[in-house]
This record gives sequence, structure tokens and C-alpha cells, in this order.
Amino acid sequence: MDTSYYFIQALNGIQYGFLLFLVASGLTLIFGIMGIINLAHGSFYMIGAYLCWWLTQMIGNLFLGIVAGVPLVVLLGLFIERFGIIHLYKRDHLYQVLFTFGLILIFNEMRSVLWGNEVQSVQIPEILSHGIPLTDVQSYPVYRLFISLVCMALAAMLYLVVQRTRLGMTIRAGASNREMVQALGIDIVKLFAIVFAMGAALAAFAGMVSAPVQSVFPGMGDEILIVSLVVVVVGGVGSIKGAFLGAMLIGMADTFGAVFLPHGAGIVIYAVMAIVLLWRPQGLFGRT
Amino acid sequence: MTMFNNPLSRRSLLVGTAAGVAAVSTFTPTRFAIGQTAKIKIGLMLPYSGTYASLGNNITDAFKLRLAEVGGKLGGREVEFVQLDDESAPPKGKDNAAKLVTKDKVDILVGTVHSGVAMGMAAIAREENVLLVVPNAGAGDITGKMCAPNIFRTSFSNWQPGYACGPVMMKDGKKNVVTMTWNYPAGHEQIGGFKESYTAAGGKIVKEILLDFPKVEFQAYLTEIAALKPDAVFVFFSGDGAVKFIKDYAGAGLKGKIPLYATGFLTDGVLQAVGKDAEGIRNTLHYADSLDNPVNKKFVKAFEAATKRPADVFAVQGYDTCSLLATGLEAVKGDIKAGATLYSTMRNTIVDSPRGKFTFSASHNPIQDFYLREVRGGKDVVLGVAVKALADPAKGCSMV
Amino acid sequence: MYRISRPSLVILLVMAIGLALYPFVGESYYIRLMTKIMALGIFAMSLDLLIGFTGLISLGHAAFFGVASYVVAWYIVKAGVTNALFMLPTAVAVSGLCALVIGWLSIRTSGIYFIMITLAFAQMLHAFFKDQSYWGGTDGFNFYTKPNLAIGDTVLLDLGNKVTLYYVTFALMVATFVFLAVLLHSPFGRAIQGVKVNEGRMRAMGYNVRNLKLMSFVIAGMLAGVAGFIEATRTAYVNPEMMSWHASGNVMVMVILGGMGTLYGPILGALALTLLGDNISSLWDHWLLIMGAFVIAVVMFLPEGIAGLIEGVTQKFGKKPPPKEETEP
Repeated sequence: MDTSYYFIQALNGIQYGFLLFLVASGLTLIFGIMGIINLAHGSFYMIGAYLCWWLTQMIGNLFLGIVAGVPLVVLLGLFIERFGIIHLYKRDHLYQVLFTFGLILIFNEMRSVLWGNEVQSVQIPEILSHGIPLTDVQSYPVYRLFISLVCMALAAMLYLVVQRTRLGMTIRAGASNREMVQALGIDIVKLFAIVFAMGAALAAFAGMVSAPVQSVFPGMGDEILIVSLVVVVVGGVGSIKGAFLGAMLIGMADTFGAVFLPHGAGIVIYAVMAIVLLWRPQGLFGRT
Repeated sequence: MTMFNNPLSRRSLLVGTAAGVAAVSTFTPTRFAIGQTAKIKIGLMLPYSGTYASLGNNITDAFKLRLAEVGGKLGGREVEFVQLDDESAPPKGKDNAAKLVTKDKVDILVGTVHSGVAMGMAAIAREENVLLVVPNAGAGDITGKMCAPNIFRTSFSNWQPGYACGPVMMKDGKKNVVTMTWNYPAGHEQIGGFKESYTAAGGKIVKEILLDFPKVEFQAYLTEIAALKPDAVFVFFSGDGAVKFIKDYAGAGLKGKIPLYATGFLTDGVLQAVGKDAEGIRNTLHYADSLDNPVNKKFVKAFEAATKRPADVFAVQGYDTCSLLATGLEAVKGDIKAGATLYSTMRNTIVDSPRGKFTFSASHNPIQDFYLREVRGGKDVVLGVAVKALADPAKGCSMV
Repeated sequence: MYRISRPSLVILLVMAIGLALYPFVGESYYIRLMTKIMALGIFAMSLDLLIGFTGLISLGHAAFFGVASYVVAWYIVKAGVTNALFMLPTAVAVSGLCALVIGWLSIRTSGIYFIMITLAFAQMLHAFFKDQSYWGGTDGFNFYTKPNLAIGDTVLLDLGNKVTLYYVTFALMVATFVFLAVLLHSPFGRAIQGVKVNEGRMRAMGYNVRNLKLMSFVIAGMLAGVAGFIEATRTAYVNPEMMSWHASGNVMVMVILGGMGTLYGPILGALALTLLGDNISSLWDHWLLIMGAFVIAVVMFLPEGIAGLIEGVTQKFGKKPPPKEETEP
């Protein structure tokens, strides 16, 4: 095992971390700003992947499939917020958990009705399907680099929006003090709708870009939801910065855990979470 | 048929048959008479949704194809099916099997694809003493620890195809290999079978890679294989996981540099989806659709005509399940309660299968030939027999 | 304070008598099913102690249910012991121990955090049992001998017998109910109900709120272990999915559907949800769609659950309304 080996594994970890960030950032904002625990967030990831597969098949091009798919998910997000989540703002967390649990069942079955239960795969577009030779036997698939770059660009954009725009200011204010924002007379109804739809779109986009490398299967939403929850717990609720660091930490832990502890790979990320909790119960960037 | 509309003549017919049978057999006439007229109820507990849905459908359709070939009856009795989707969900396996037996009152259980579910079915079959025929699931325990006179398997044990590949790889001069599979019992068993014959022949396993079932994110492991540079790689994956693996193996640049060996489940039914990425993969299995024997040729044609789908190994197993039941029930004239007589007939059946003739071991698992196949031009070409008449060791079976 | 209104007490007694007599008329399939329902009833009651009385929303409760099942499997498959005399106490103790560790870490947090962390720890146990081939991996274990209750060589109760297991489960369910009802009237029970209503006030009154919560969490975990013991005995099968978060979600649905904070409600929830699933699952492939809509409908229109309905109806007909559930510690 030489350094190039660890380098490639680190690349794999970073790429996974970026994907996790896209899902977890939406989750953490919806917690932080809207005070909603949304278990159905992972479903958007699954819906994104299936949409991508379905549209790519019809259109014949992955990029166009993604471009066509994202607006659909935004609409779906707005619809779910307006007719479902809106009833939960004043309810106890318990009912939020149950309501979104019910949503998961519905999303899963709708997926089964519309697209079936089969595992599907999406072709990597021709221009990105080759590899960069790294050693004499191994090459690194270009598409994976592409995922990392796109996610990086999105993360940067998210950062700019949150830090530099008026909308971002409201979001930041909302995350730190929900009551204050309401008191300031900002149109909270609109803000909530935007945040929810944006979170859904980010999760779905993550599902779309990763569809060619992860393949598309029914349980994928649950899997990413749990890991994203771990990321949010580690990073601290409501913190974008926390979500980013948490995602990188968990992405790395998962990749290297699989390499060094083949029989205990599944529990590595939870062990990381437990350690962080012992040290800082509110997460890395959470407020007490 | 018209005489069945007349209750009088029907009754006299029953009495007549019953008396005739009583003379030649030891069964009680009343039970036999009832058995002769009532439909025989078969519970098909298979995956009709989910990843394995296509396997479940192929097994079912081939079973029905064979049933039509033998005249639509088993041992002279009409057949009624109760179909239940097992969803390949092990937690529901026992409750579903119990439902078929105690609520729907089926006479015979047939199923299933997923080993975990099949184990639950085997447990219920033992508890309720119902005949069970397993048309796919390869868990060793089904004809091992759980073996019973009333449990049969027409497919394979996971140990078999893995074991068959060991000598092949040694013959090809691959002295050290990396193995890779999902971290779940079927994976452990297939790799275990391989390990047994391969290390016995002097081969060395450099590393055993296990990944979370049913994850298909292979990248980190392919990186590791590239760093280890073994002579060859031996894997067990199936279905969509197999498609993804073959593509990723080529995508990581390993294809053509480190040869890939596998059990036949890697390539069966996926070759169209993977295209040229599968070229050159060598694998071992108890069937190939290109097998050159009359039964197979007839079967492949009939199956395609009936379903518009190509035949595969799963269809063969469903087909043979019906053949086995037909022979067994014929011998006892449809009396499903005949117990020992029925089971011993089935045990000694020589099934004339599309895969070639096979017999049953004392634990009721097929003793069959395993073929070495290689992917050439998008087809699995049979190179020869890897191991002849391979029998499962049936570890822990009390009937051996 | 926890109190059962007189009319619901009458309903409960009628139900208990019905359950006691059921095996004389029921078919073997339904005896099996009712045993499952009663085991889930115990499981749901244990979660009600957390959600309905302590105010702890745990989304990882299935972990303790599952761990106890694995203890049963371990005894039978790995140690060759079938005596429930060893099995049940160990199963409950191990569940309690897991609850102690997970609870100790989780109770440091509250609100959304608590929900997520209990969920994550349960998934960790799920991943552990799924990864280790020693524990049977994704397929879990089937075992072929069922537990029995024996002293020396005399077998007192053979739990492999469906009817015997039915009555043992019935007895355990009644015992759990009585135990929890008594517990809730004890000073400890009053204190945890005080925590649910107003945590700050309890702290100001000098209670160690964290310890109260932890004790409640451990007791609930142990009772979930009792349920897990029964379920493993009934099916002679364990699988990591028993402790997945879907299982935790399902039992939460039972508690809310039945009516949280009522103890008997969760049993009704287990009954209603299981019978619903048993009947519609064979009618329609996409029955989970109905299930999902049903769960959402309960949240929207029936937040008090079935028990809430019953209380409402009996209040109308009763002479004086039973005291509302405002807690006075």
C-alpha cells in the first residue's frame, strides 16, 4: 500500500462527503429554520435518482435529464410544504416524526407504482466515461471527479447565497432565532416554502448526480437519511458550516472504515458520532 | 365429463376407484378417495416484486409450462395455485409460510429465491410437516442443519458453484487471488466453497473483501484490489449488483489486467446490460442456455414461445421443480399424505433436466455437473465440465 | 396523573376475558397472530412510558426489542440452552444495559437531537448485527428448538406449544400493564410525569431530571426486551430488521394510533395496525400507500388515538367527566 493508494481512497471519501453535504445541508436548514424534523428528506434523494433514471431514458442524455428533473422536485417540494408540512409548524416533534414517517411510506409506494421496485442503473455520459490512469493497473473514473467538482460548485454557491444575499441573511437570522424573524415581519410563509423546496432540490440533485455511480434502488433514501442525520448531529443543528465539516468527517470515516475495519465498517460512523457527542453534546457547531 | 354432473354416478366412481386402490395399496380408502378428486393446492411463495421479481416470475412460468407438458395434472389431480409475494423480506418469511399452510391450507409449499426467506419456509415445513420444494435459495442449512424428509431442493447449494471454480483457477495458473462478495450468508457460503477447493489445491487467498449488503459502491475496494495486484479476482455478486460490479471493474481499469472469475450468477441474465465489459469473465454454474442437449433445446424454445423471455437458470429450476413433483405424485397416485412413500420416490428420482440428468443426495440436494463458461461475444460459452457430479457435503444434516 | 376512567376499565376487563377465552375458539393461524399482537402490545406500552409519560420521543426503541431477541437466539443457537429461566432474565438485563448506555449518551440532549440520536444509536446496533457473521448477518438466525420453562429436568411450560405461548404472552402483557400502572402511581411515576409537563419546574424542585429520564428509559428498554423475548420465541427467528428504524417507527405509530399516555391505548394500536396490515396486505400490492395515508390521517385527525375516542364517548355518557390528564407531581 503506497501513498497513491491512500490518495485515491481520500478522493473517494471526499466525493462521498460532498454528496452527504448536499443532503445534510437541506436537512439541517429545515431543522434550524422551520423547526421541522423531516424524516422524508431521504425520500427526495431517492426520488431524484429515479427521476434521473426515468428522464435520462426518455431524453437520452443525463445532463438534460437532471436539468428537467430539478424543477419537478422543486414543485414537489412546494406542494408537500403547502399541503402537508404547513400543518406541522405548531405541532409537537412527535407528530412531525409520524407525519413524515407516513410520507416516506407514501413516497416509497408511489415510487413502486410509477417506476417499479427494480434496481436501475444510469449510463455515465460518453464524454465522462473514461478514466485517468493513476498506476499501472488502476485509473480514476472521470465521472467521480465530475461529481466532486459539481458538488463543490454548489456548496460554494450555497455559501454565497447564505452569506451574501438578503435571502441568506433572513435564513441565517431564522436559523439562529426563529421568533425574531417572525417578529421582524418577514414573510415567514414564503421563507419556509423556499427553504423546504431548496432542501428537497439539493437532496434530489445529490441523488441525480450519484445515480450513475451508486445505481438506483428502492432503499437508497433510507440509507442516506440515516447517514445525513448523523452528519447533522455531528455538525450541529442549523449550521451549514457544521453540515459541511460533518459531511467530510463522516465521508472519510466511512471510506477508511471500510478499508481498515472490513467487519465493522457499518458502525464506524456511529462511533464517530458517539465520540463527538461525548465531547460536545450540541455537535461541532451547534448552539447549546 | 358429463357423468360428474350426476352425483350418483360420481359417487359410485369414487367407491370403485377406492376399492381398486385399496386392493393394491395400504392407504386407507376414504382418504385416498378424497385425495383423488379434490384439487391439489400448491402454495407458490416467491418474489413477485422487488429485485428478485424477474426470478420469481421465471420460476413460476417455467413451473406452469412443465405442468402443461405433463397434462395439467399432478398424480391425476387438478392443481390449484395460491401465489404469495414474499417480497424477499426474511422477517416476514415465517409468518407468510405459516399463513399459506394454516390459513390457506396448501398441500405443497414451493419457494423461494431469497435464502433468508427460504429458511423460514423450511422451519414452517418442519413444524407443520408439509412438503417443501426449494426452486432456488442456496443456503447450505436448507439441506444441511434443517434437512428433513419433506424438504427438497432442485437448484444448488451455495457451496457447489463456488467449489467448482477452485480447480479451474488453479488449472489456469492463478496462484493468489482476492475474493470479494457481499457480507451476507450467501456470499460467505459461495466464497467458502471456493476457498475449500482452491486452498486444498495449493492456491493462496491474499485478501477477502466483504461489503455491506446490498451496497454497490465498489470504488474503495477496487482501489484496494489495484494496489494488491493479485493474479486474479474471484467474486460472487448477482442481479443488478453484478451489472454494477462488472461495469465498475472495467471503469476502474482492472478489466484485461487482472482476470475476473466468478460463480455463474455474476453473468447469468446480465450480459445484455453490461455489453463488452463482461468479455472474458470465466465462471462456473450448473446450467448454460447454450447447453447442447435435446431437453434443453426443447425447453429453451418452449419457454421463449410461452413467455417471450429468454430462458435462464432460474426458469430451469422452476421447470425441474414441477418435474420432480409430477414424478413423485404419479407414484402415489396423487395422495399427498403418502409421506414416506412419496418422499422416497422423490429422493430416488433421476430428473431429466435441461441442465442434464441429475439425482438427489441423501440430504435432498441435487448431485449435478458444473460447467465452466466464458463470456465471448456477449454470450456465456460452455468450455467444458468443471466438476462432474458434484454433491454438497450437507454439513449438519441428520439424514446423511 | 395516570388514571383510567371507569367505562374504559370495564372495556379493558371485557377485552381481557375475551383474550383469555380466545384460544378455545380461535384457529391456529389467529392464535399465532394474536400472540404477535400481544407481544407488540407490550412493546408499545413500553414506548408509551417514554413518549406518553416521560416526554421522551425515542425513535430507536426497536433496538432493545431486537437485542433481547438476539439474546434468545444466542442461547439456543450458540450456547444450546433452551430454558427460559435463564433466557428471559438475561434478555431483559441485556436490553436494560443497552438502554442504560444509549440513554446515558442521549439524555444529555433534548428535542430534535434526542430523536435523531436515539435513531442513530439504534441504527448502530442494527449495523452491528448485520455486519457480524457470528450474529448471522443480514439473514439472522433460524432456530429449531423453542424455549421452555423448566426446573431441573421437569418441563413446566413448553413455549413451543402455540397455546401455551399464547397464555404466557397474555400473562406477561397483563403483568406489564399492572406493573406500569402501579409504577405510575409511585413517587417515581409521579415525578417522571412531572418532567413531561414541566421539566424546569421539576429541576427547580430539586429533582435530578436526568436520572429520572434515564431510569424511565432503562425500564422502557427492559420491557421492550420482554416483548422481544416473546417475539423471538414465537417465530424462532431473529433478523437485524427487527431493530431497524422502520420497526421503531411502526411501534410509535401503534402508540399514537392507540392513544399515548393511556397504557391500554398502545395495545389497541398494536391490534388495529396489525389486523389492518394482515388484511389489506393480501388484497393490494401497494397496501403501504394506504398505511402511509392512514398514519398521516391519524396525525391530522386523531392525535388522541383510539383511546381518546373511547374516553370522549364515555365522557358523554358518564355522569361526571374523568379528570383531565393534567399532572400534579
